[in-house]
Amino acid sequence: MEAAQQIDVNSQVNAGVEDQGDQLLTFILAGEEYGVDILRVQEIKGWDTVTPIPNTPEHIRGVINLRGTIVPIIDLRMRFGLETIEYGATTVVIVLKVISNNKSRIMGIVVDGVSDVYNISKDAMKPPPDFGSVISIDFVSGLATVGETMVIVLDIDHLLNSEDMAVVESVGGEGA
Amino acid sequence: MAIDMEQFKVTYIEESLEGLDIMESSLLGLDSGTADNETINTIFRAAHSIKGGGATFGLSSVSEFTHSVETLLDQIRNEERTITSEIVALLLTSVDVIRDLLAAEQHNENIDEERIEAVKKQFDALLESDTTSPGQTSSQEIKAESNQEQNAWLIDFRPHPDMLATGNDVVRMFRELTELGKCDINVDTNNIPALEDLNIEDCSLSWIVTLYSTCTKQQVEEVFVWVEDDCDLIISPLTQNESESSIENFEAIKSEKGKTKEIGPELVTKPIDRRNSGDRRTPTKNKTESSSIRVDIDKIDALINMVGELVITQSMLSQMGEDLNIDRLEKLKDGLGQLERNTRELQESVMRIRMIPISFAFNRFPRMIHDMCSNFGKKVELKVSGESTELDKTVMEKIGDPLVHLVRNSMDHGIELPETRAKLGKPETGTLSLNAFHQGGNIVIEISDDGAGLNKEKIRKKAIENGLIDESEELPDSKIYELLFQPGFSTAEKVTDVSGRGVGMDVVKKNIQALGGVVEVSTVAGQGTTFSIRLPLTLAILDGQLIRVGEQTYIVPLISIIESLQIEKNSINSVAGKADLYKLRDEYIPVIRLYEAFDIQPDSRSLENGLLVVVEGDGHKAGLFVDDLLAQQQVVIKSLETNYKKVEGLSGATILGDGRVALIVDVAGVIRVSQHGSNQNINSIHDNGVAA
Repeated sequence: MEAAQQIDVNSQVNAGVEDQGDQLLTFILAGEEYGVDILRVQEIKGWDTVTPIPNTPEHIRGVINLRGTIVPIIDLRMRFGLETIEYGATTVVIVLKVISNNKSRIMGIVVDGVSDVYNISKDAMKPPPDFGSVISIDFVSGLATVGETMVIVLDIDHLLNSEDMAVVESVGGEGA
Repeated sequence: MAIDMEQFKVTYIEESLEGLDIMESSLLGLDSGTADNETINTIFRAAHSIKGGGATFGLSSVSEFTHSVETLLDQIRNEERTITSEIVALLLTSVDVIRDLLAAEQHNENIDEERIEAVKKQFDALLESDTTSPGQTSSQEIKAESNQEQNAWLIDFRPHPDMLATGNDVVRMFRELTELGKCDINVDTNNIPALEDLNIEDCSLSWIVTLYSTCTKQQVEEVFVWVEDDCDLIISPLTQNESESSIENFEAIKSEKGKTKEIGPELVTKPIDRRNSGDRRTPTKNKTESSSIRVDIDKIDALINMVGELVITQSMLSQMGEDLNIDRLEKLKDGLGQLERNTRELQESVMRIRMIPISFAFNRFPRMIHDMCSNFGKKVELKVSGESTELDKTVMEKIGDPLVHLVRNSMDHGIELPETRAKLGKPETGTLSLNAFHQGGNIVIEISDDGAGLNKEKIRKKAIENGLIDESEELPDSKIYELLFQPGFSTAEKVTDVSGRGVGMDVVKKNIQALGGVVEVSTVAGQGTTFSIRLPLTLAILDGQLIRVGEQTYIVPLISIIESLQIEKNSINSVAGKADLYKLRDEYIPVIRLYEAFDIQPDSRSLENGLLVVVEGDGHKAGLFVDDLLAQQQVVIKSLETNYKKVEGLSGATILGDGRVALIVDVAGVIRVSQHGSNQNINSIHDNGVAA
């Protein structure tokens, strides 16, 4: 049953790609614009206090109660090893559906603010160059140009993979 | 037609498995010598439904195999054959085979062809042989006579026009007829109306079938059993020996009769073989944690009523909310009280849906004990009480194996051989009782036998041999019996294939603990042993003690708390300036500072200002140092793994009344972490990661 559902999700996602390219939800993080597949976005909500989980990496801020579901919240600045800031009025949590190991999970990411929704055709997507610095190339599925701005499209399945979250890997280290 | 047969197939398999359970329990009833027609009919009906459904869903292996079973049952039903213990054993084996076939179908696994063939051979042998068995001459002669006279049947089959509407397929019936023998089928098209009057849903054809077969009239009727009321059916014997083929048939049967004498002895030995392999089904069955549940219609009705009330309360409250003033405060309070009551009742009845009677777990034991009795040469009577006691389905699925193990143990080690019992002046037949009842929020399951009881000295000696205790150690009785649950402990004098490999009791205890339960043993030498298992009714709800450390609220399962106390300064002992020990009466227990284990800011770091919650997990005691004790309440357990992963020291999370998330402390995990300092490791990995 569950497998069937996931296939469904995938085909939905793929259908989006084929028809009109990706629709991206973009958000701001330390002045840069990042995008995620909009079909994976469950909801956007304001920052609220979380219950911290002991003995977990720092970027796991804790868990929240999302209408009866326990959802872990990840601070994306910390995940990328960026300088942390005080959460402000625009700080939001984007709740995403993440698919890893054939299992879908619900997770939230804390970002500086949401930006826009773009339609991006397949041609406008460029493969990511080797950054070698701020973020690992594994988490970037491509770069998209919208007018003058560049949007970094994130591969959230990779980024929020539970294995990666268990131990902070060299990402933060490279930045420091 | 694009009907999804798969969904019906799932239902069919489930129903068939239930049918098999009915067959099994009825067969075991036969075994004790109470063969009445009703029981046979029950078994027959179950087999027939399985066969019919199997054919419909294209599970030819199931329907073919069940056909042999049905034939045998039919003979018994018609009193052409008396029931012997061999037949019962063979039928029980076949129940296993069908169950395996269905399980294989369910999980898309391969079928154990060899085994099926072997059992099938036994059936064929039995079916052909028995007419020559002594003491049955009268019925046998009748049968032989009928064979000679009636080797063909004339079947006049005139379906009513609406027969097809009931979902019956003529083609399928004729296919079944051809299984009985050669058929000449003639169709009568006289009744077909003119084209303009033709209704495509009507059956306007009728048939006359000549069936060349030595089968009984019953067998022919069987084919048409589903359509009895929807057709005019005349089955008449053709008495002339006109066709040569029928004579040939008869000859063939006669010659095969000769063969069966050689197969005869196999019949007696094989069932015992099969019984051993029958045990194999336990592990395979475990995989089948079925994902559907049958719910009593009453429970659903209660639920619907409850939801109705909830809706009424809600509309009342929302009406009140429209123009609320201070005068109506009292009414609002009433309304909220009602809402609370509705919610609680609703929660209770939803929980009740998951509850199923423990008879589901107990049902396998009559068969198991029947099989083991003959394996061990013991005589045991099973007494079951409280089988309607309900518990959560998940708990039920997980308690099955520990129960099996405990029952096996009682059978193997507990109850003595009949001779020994006779010498001891006990009745030769031992008694094994299974009892279940509710006590508080728990279910208690007792497994007791009237066997030899535990041998204290033997356990002690064995424990010393295995290095579990020191020779000089003096232990109270209860402690000695607890040694049984230590890993690698077995007092069995010889290793049998049932028990005695020294694995098991520790696993039993671990499984029960994983369910949040406890297992205890009490025994009287020479009079028997009782194991009692105490389990929470459900895994979804937990009795918890809320504690506070700094700003965080945690939940400690009430079952693992021994006591909570104010810390006395004099009782604190510091070891090497690091670890703290607390002297509790005549025990020293390690103190775990929860703020350290969970790396949070406490109100106070000084032990005098806080409270100590003494807990036990995995056999280790420890004192948790917390800032404050809050309420005790039932909490609904939510898994952290659903969206995140397992976290050491936590068993889950819950949502408190104010909507906040509170984490549930895994006491055993916290003790383990603090003992081995693995949380330090996590922290240091973490630190390195950031600093690198």
